[in-house]
Amino acid sequence: MNGPHDMGGMHAFGAINPEPEETEPLFHEPWERKALALTLACGALGQWSIDEARSVRESLDPALYTSSSYYRKWIEALTRQMVEKGLLTSEELETATVRQMPEPGSYRVLNAEAVDKVYSAGGPTSMDIDNAPLFQVGDLILARNMNPIGHTRIPRYVRGHVGEIVLWHGGHVFADDSARGVRRGEHLYTVQFMARDLWGPEAAAHDSVMVDLWEPYLEAP
Amino acid sequence: MAHDHHGDEMTEPPSEMALRVQALESLLVEKGLVDLKALDVIIDRYENRVGPRNGAHVVARAWTDPDYLERLRTDATAAIAELDYTGRQGEHMVVVENGPKVHHLVVCTLCSCYPWPVLGLPPAWYKSSPYRSRAVIDPRGVLAEFGTVLDDDVEVKVWDSTSEVRFLVLPERPEGTEGWTMEQLIPLVSRNSMIGVEKARPATEATA
Repeated sequence: MNGPHDMGGMHAFGAINPEPEETEPLFHEPWERKALALTLACGALGQWSIDEARSVRESLDPALYTSSSYYRKWIEALTRQMVEKGLLTSEELETATVRQMPEPGSYRVLNAEAVDKVYSAGGPTSMDIDNAPLFQVGDLILARNMNPIGHTRIPRYVRGHVGEIVLWHGGHVFADDSARGVRRGEHLYTVQFMARDLWGPEAAAHDSVMVDLWEPYLEAP
Repeated sequence: MAHDHHGDEMTEPPSEMALRVQALESLLVEKGLVDLKALDVIIDRYENRVGPRNGAHVVARAWTDPDYLERLRTDATAAIAELDYTGRQGEHMVVVENGPKVHHLVVCTLCSCYPWPVLGLPPAWYKSSPYRSRAVIDPRGVLAEFGTVLDDDVEVKVWDSTSEVRFLVLPERPEGTEGWTMEQLIPLVSRNSMIGVEKARPATEATA
């Protein structure tokens, strides 16, 4: 979707003003620790993919999205997801009181002993797919002009532009389908776009942007 | 709405969020969906055990071991796994090498994708709207904000992390460090140099 999250190339957000690496705290508020841990622990319940989680975050109201800290976005989205999946109710959230226990066996709970094993293993998204890749390294491609309503990982700023394939990663879980609960693979490529093609003649001649794009985003130029 | 351009992290009324998160946690624990002890282990893992020192180890090893560098170029995920840095948000790694004529910079314009096993959790500015919006359209302006000014003939390559592939920048080895051991080099490898917004610390800043 053409949501507020698709920020590449936008103006008006101002300076970065990074805190110095040596002194920046990892968490700026104590609750951010819990926001991280709750988001990860609830993700481990197995009720949604990372793409579904991203899809919910980018569907937040644009004003809320752009004015919230990253951990607040996570909490807003997590709360909605838990309600959508029936693991929490709005009433429980309003009253801070448990009204009904979840159906046993419909989820798995991450216990303390499993944490390191689970996160050291991660969740690879590479997968074998039957069809051969349509493109190879060195090919020029056109990033499709597409504007899907649902989740997608093709940023607006590359749509309709020609780039060159510089890496091929094989089959990877296709984010657009995964966000709808369908886990299937498509060939994934890294595509190099020259800065002048994206941004015009004022961009530096040699500069470029590399973007990972799945095959359904691409066509022959 | 308040927006102070110091990164989004500073704009929140903490008390309201603190109460909401506490209430959410209590409900989830009472419902048996979340194990309180697991939350503590997750926090400890990413606060104390998984951070940019891991990435600095990878970089310093690559600077001192040409065979390792070659393995990193061929299959970064496997080479990094040799050092036991694996898992969530680092399942598929690519290493990009900075040099005298090329400078790589990593961003995630769509969210906050970042190579956790080697760099830990991202800093607030990496997740901020200013960085995400500007890194692709004005990389040289962004770099200048970090004090990194590049000659015009240096090629700037920005990597937008739009898939589950994660990128680690291998910064240039600082001058004057010939013969240094891996242990001596590690403190020169800043987190920011592995995102690509800065160069590695100069030899004169070695703390050893």
